[in-house]
Amino acid sequence: MTPGDTSAAPPILEVRDIGKTYGSILALRGVSASVGAGEVLCVLGDNGAGKSTFIKILSGAHAHTHGKLLAYGVERTFGSPREALDLGIATVYQDLAVVPLMPVWRNFFLGSELTRGFGPFSQLDVKGMRRITKEELAKMGIDLRDVDQPIGTLSGGERQSVAIARAVYFGAKVVILDEPTSALGVKQAGVVLKYIAQARDRGLGVVFITHNPHHAYPLGDRFLLLKRGTSLGGFKKSEITIEEMTKLMAGGAELDALAHELARA
Amino acid sequence: MTRTAPAVTDERMIDERLKPAGLIITLLRRPEVGAAVAALAIFIFFSVSTQAFLTPAGVATWLYSASLFGIMAVAVALLMIGGEFDLSAGAMVGTTGLIVGIVTTEWGVTIWLALVIALAIALAIGAANAFVVMKTGLPSFIVTLATFFILQGVNLAVTKIITGTVSIQGMSDVPGFDAVKVFFGSSFALFGMDVKISIVWWIAITALATWILLRTRSGNWIFAVGGQIESSRQVGVPVMKVKMGLFMTTAGAGWLVGMLQLFDVSTVQATTGIGQEFIYIICAVVGGCLLTGGYGSAIGAALGALIYGMTLQGIVFAQWDNNWLKAFLGGMLLLAVLVNLYVRRQAGVRS
Repeated sequence: MTPGDTSAAPPILEVRDIGKTYGSILALRGVSASVGAGEVLCVLGDNGAGKSTFIKILSGAHAHTHGKLLAYGVERTFGSPREALDLGIATVYQDLAVVPLMPVWRNFFLGSELTRGFGPFSQLDVKGMRRITKEELAKMGIDLRDVDQPIGTLSGGERQSVAIARAVYFGAKVVILDEPTSALGVKQAGVVLKYIAQARDRGLGVVFITHNPHHAYPLGDRFLLLKRGTSLGGFKKSEITIEEMTKLMAGGAELDALAHELARA
Repeated sequence: MTRTAPAVTDERMIDERLKPAGLIITLLRRPEVGAAVAALAIFIFFSVSTQAFLTPAGVATWLYSASLFGIMAVAVALLMIGGEFDLSAGAMVGTTGLIVGIVTTEWGVTIWLALVIALAIALAIGAANAFVVMKTGLPSFIVTLATFFILQGVNLAVTKIITGTVSIQGMSDVPGFDAVKVFFGSSFALFGMDVKISIVWWIAITALATWILLRTRSGNWIFAVGGQIESSRQVGVPVMKVKMGLFMTTAGAGWLVGMLQLFDVSTVQATTGIGQEFIYIICAVVGGCLLTGGYGSAIGAALGALIYGMTLQGIVFAQWDNNWLKAFLGGMLLLAVLVNLYVRRQAGVRS
């Protein structure tokens, strides 16, 4: 956070010196970051760095115990994911919350189906849902031949993109993406990164959690580096290079030691 | 399956993977198509090979037989799509019939009230099944197996204590029996057939279940909870309500079939329904339901029951040894499971 950074509109989501303890265990402490409309905040960290705890606080799954969480400049403590969702903060988890055997459009609207008619006679607006699904996916640059195919037949990258498009359609202002590229091959990961950029260009705030600096660096506007439950600092893109980031994440000295160990005698 | 084409570009590869799998596979993706083909084949086979099968009396007989299994198979199919089993469904048919029989003939309860009592008890047992399954996370297979044995034992023991025998007689003397029989045990003439009312119930329930499955939110949720329960929770599907509704629907269907049998023959045995729970499941699977949930069809289950009804009566008309039915049923089940497996692979679902 640089002091001269205060623009007129407050960021959609901001945390100040936030922390979380589970009983006597300090899972996260002293983390500050923010994300505004059309921005990508990358949260980087190795396994056990506190990324999951950070997501859980932002998404409303767990309430924070220290520091402040602000949404649109107003201080909040989320009691449930529903509260976060109502403020337009949506989380896309690694398992994507999709049902593989169901058609794409049914997955897109699952839990928030459009209906016509009243009371016991209300039925699904199938045509409308098919059309909207196709349109919304097209906006993300995904051209599906058939929205009736089971979502399980899509590639990992496409499924990820459908999940993002769904969050956007249902009013997300910020999407939190939990390791969207970690299970994907190089090519598929590239596809997802492209969709994330597309979402950003449409004015969405994106919190992109990853352990891969090579995925984060080209996309991010700001970077938050976590290690062992604490922040190594927040950086703007202009303030850090990818090499510095990698070194910081792994712990520079440790990486040097490793390089020494692995080097041929 | 050797690929002789020379090295293709990346774009070609992707395009190839997305290509439609062909008309037959697209058709086979509908869960009920396999059952429809099998039903047609069996219909033709018995029509040609026996005299009685295609006569009005013959058709009415196998349709009636299919309808009783069909109502249960459709309810069981909904439950299976929702990811659960109910092995107590068969015993429930007996339980509800016995309740109505006992409270009317032994205790003089009016017949309409008896119907309501039996339905309420059935729904309560269904709800109890759902509650135990959902709260403990135990497989419904084992929970309802327990319910099945409890009902089987209670049916026999309680009937013996109260009536001294293992069946209820004298239902037709109960006041109001004929009025209720209009709904559950009557029949009407159509195309020279004596069509039993249960066939109307069967068709209506199949239509209703199909509409619910494919065109309502509840239907969407049934597929979802059976397909991936965690995902359903995450997007806000009321998982507990859906499962509760499914178990209660199955129990309610058990009540309906119990009434259809009771008012048709005006007696009920304490062993009624025992051993039929697997037939319902087989009908549902033959109709395209996956044992793992999340996939299937109500029409398919109705067709599965039609296959069973036609074969059951067809074997009688053909004067074969009745034991062939079981062997046929097993073969049919195996075939259906293999077809399901093939379709699922062709559909390329990476779950």
